[in-house]
Amino acid sequence: MMKSMRMTALAGLASSAVLCAGAANAVEIEYWQYFYDARVDAMEQLIENFEEANPDITVKMTTFPYADYRTKVAAAIPAGEGPDVVQLFYGWLNDYIEAGLIQPLPEEAFPADQIDEAFFPMVQAMKRDGQYYALPTAVRSLALFYNERLFEEAGIDGPPETLDELVEDAKKLTKKDGAGNITQVGLTTGMTAQDHHWFREVLIRQFGGEPYLDDYRTVNYNNEAGLKALEFYTDLEKTHEVTSSSFMDEPQAAFKAGRAGMHIDGSFRVGSLADMRGLKWGVAELPVGPDGTASNYSSYWVNAITSKAEGEEYDAAVKFMEYITSDEAMQIWLEVVGELPAKPSVGLTEENANDPVYGPFIRGLENAHTTIFANESAQRQVLMDMVARTDIQGMPLEESLAIAAEEEQKAPPLPLRRSSHPRPSP
Amino acid sequence: MPFYRNLSIRQKQIAWAWAFLAVPVLFYVIIRFYPTGNAIMISFQNWNLLGDRTWAGLENYQKLVADPVFWKVFKNTFLYLIIGTPISLVLSFIIAYQLDKVRFMHGTLRMLYFLPFMTSAVAMAWVWRWFYQPVPTGLFNNLLAQVGISQIEFLNSTSYALPSVLAPAVWAGLGFQIIIFMAGLRAIPVSYYEAARIDGVGWWTVLTQITIPLLRPTIVFIVVFSSIGFLRIFDHVYNMTTNNPGGPLNSTKPLVLMIYGTAFDDFDMGYAAAQTVVLFLILLIVSLIQLRLLRSE
Repeated sequence: MMKSMRMTALAGLASSAVLCAGAANAVEIEYWQYFYDARVDAMEQLIENFEEANPDITVKMTTFPYADYRTKVAAAIPAGEGPDVVQLFYGWLNDYIEAGLIQPLPEEAFPADQIDEAFFPMVQAMKRDGQYYALPTAVRSLALFYNERLFEEAGIDGPPETLDELVEDAKKLTKKDGAGNITQVGLTTGMTAQDHHWFREVLIRQFGGEPYLDDYRTVNYNNEAGLKALEFYTDLEKTHEVTSSSFMDEPQAAFKAGRAGMHIDGSFRVGSLADMRGLKWGVAELPVGPDGTASNYSSYWVNAITSKAEGEEYDAAVKFMEYITSDEAMQIWLEVVGELPAKPSVGLTEENANDPVYGPFIRGLENAHTTIFANESAQRQVLMDMVARTDIQGMPLEESLAIAAEEEQKAPPLPLRRSSHPRPSP
Repeated sequence: MPFYRNLSIRQKQIAWAWAFLAVPVLFYVIIRFYPTGNAIMISFQNWNLLGDRTWAGLENYQKLVADPVFWKVFKNTFLYLIIGTPISLVLSFIIAYQLDKVRFMHGTLRMLYFLPFMTSAVAMAWVWRWFYQPVPTGLFNNLLAQVGISQIEFLNSTSYALPSVLAPAVWAGLGFQIIIFMAGLRAIPVSYYEAARIDGVGWWTVLTQITIPLLRPTIVFIVVFSSIGFLRIFDHVYNMTTNNPGGPLNSTKPLVLMIYGTAFDDFDMGYAAAQTVVLFLILLIVSLIQLRLLRSE
């Protein structure tokens, strides 16, 4: 009896010694992202799994409201108080590299040539001089949502595959009252929503153009391709009368209310549509262009190691980066947040690529482009005004397109600390 | 405290007066004057909220003068003022004049007119935004469609959007102006009216010779107050055009919304501060002119 008690005491001592040793070696790293319920849930799961596999590392997650996030990160890192691993919007990368806020990912753990192959091609935008600076866990893309009930009612058997079919189907889906007012649109439109991405990266390319040149520094749509794309877009309302940009205030509201046959939107819309009772909807890939060109727009948030991480913290940060860009992490992110895996090896598995909801988004990633914005809201405003000038003021398309191209070229870049790099003029 | 003891009673009173005054004076200096001075200084600098401030001289003001959007916005701001102030003044006077004579349910009616003033501008702007929608959601256009008139693009038009945004702003301000007018009407001595009645003067003469001249201080107050309100209009415009703030094509954008966009979307603090200084000067000049014009001889 005595002996066994002594044994327990010894065992207790031994285990507390182990604990002490563990605490001495423990590294704590900090991770920052903006606050969004599902993203925080997913990251908590990832951190739990990571800490289980690496008991000597703890990860502390801090979140901020989306509106303050950009300024918080920029102010904290140079002061040495920020995170070791940080989540950034892909469009901010240049600013962060120039301001010296993040460091390149180590070549041993993240060899550039392997990443080129393992990730969807648009992720290469995160590479500078052959070195990756940041990697996404998940990505987003566009697809065509369609209302299955309205399709059935109009006698259409499947979603449109080409732009011509899109127009034909939209005509069948449009309803008007006795006075000719549209009461149901075939396709929602509105540059205020996702259409400015659809126009830039999809329509212009499908009509044979290339929206920007010189690493997105030079606007390149004031030409025949741009004009054809704008003509197609404005004809939807003016000639075919299958849509109205001000219909029901917002495109997604019209689709949710069952007053729109088709609606182009991002994968992030899936969650809010899933909650709509009585709405039967499906998802299809964006229609291809006249010559069969498929294109898509993708945006994503990336994770990067900040310049604050050094020594032990740096090693721990690299390990954490490896885990949150792994296949396992991507699958968890898809299931919890509903954002698409950034690697074909996860995205294009039989199950994911054929998923009736996520499949079309994931397949769209193969030919997706990511616009590098100088100032996204200013550039969106330019396209909004371009359509408004033709619509409200009756300006000829060529003239409005030329003004838009000129204005977008001048869009003021968003400043971040001292690093401002004005767009070179064409 | 020998120093304090040697003071005369009058000096002691002054010292105490200043001691009590120090709180509001300090408050005003820190909360009002310091930021105002700082804003004027920033208007001569370049600053993106995070980096260092650098001197820009008159650059921001030169940019302002050369910016076509600024002149468009300048014009809009004065349109809000020139259309909004007279309409709301006349409407509120007519309502207050009639309401003053009504005895039946006087309190309830007055409350009903005051209600919009207490309602949140954001909620009100959104309700009106939906009223203005095209068929099938908009109330006004549905009514028009029912009687067979073609739809009006209230908000998606460069000519109708500004009056459409202004209408709920006028309506929201009416309640307050009516209450002030009614107080002004009650303050006019009854003896004037009695004298007029004895002389057998008509209502029009009573209105133009007694009521309106004696309401002058009230009118001055309401004109100045509502002018400043319309020059600073923001929440109605922003909430009725959130998809395209101040649009379409800047046709509804007031100066305050431009300042907001420059400061918090583009982070161009110097340029935004220059716009703010211009707004401040406009407010100052308009108020001074109105005070001078309406001051009794």
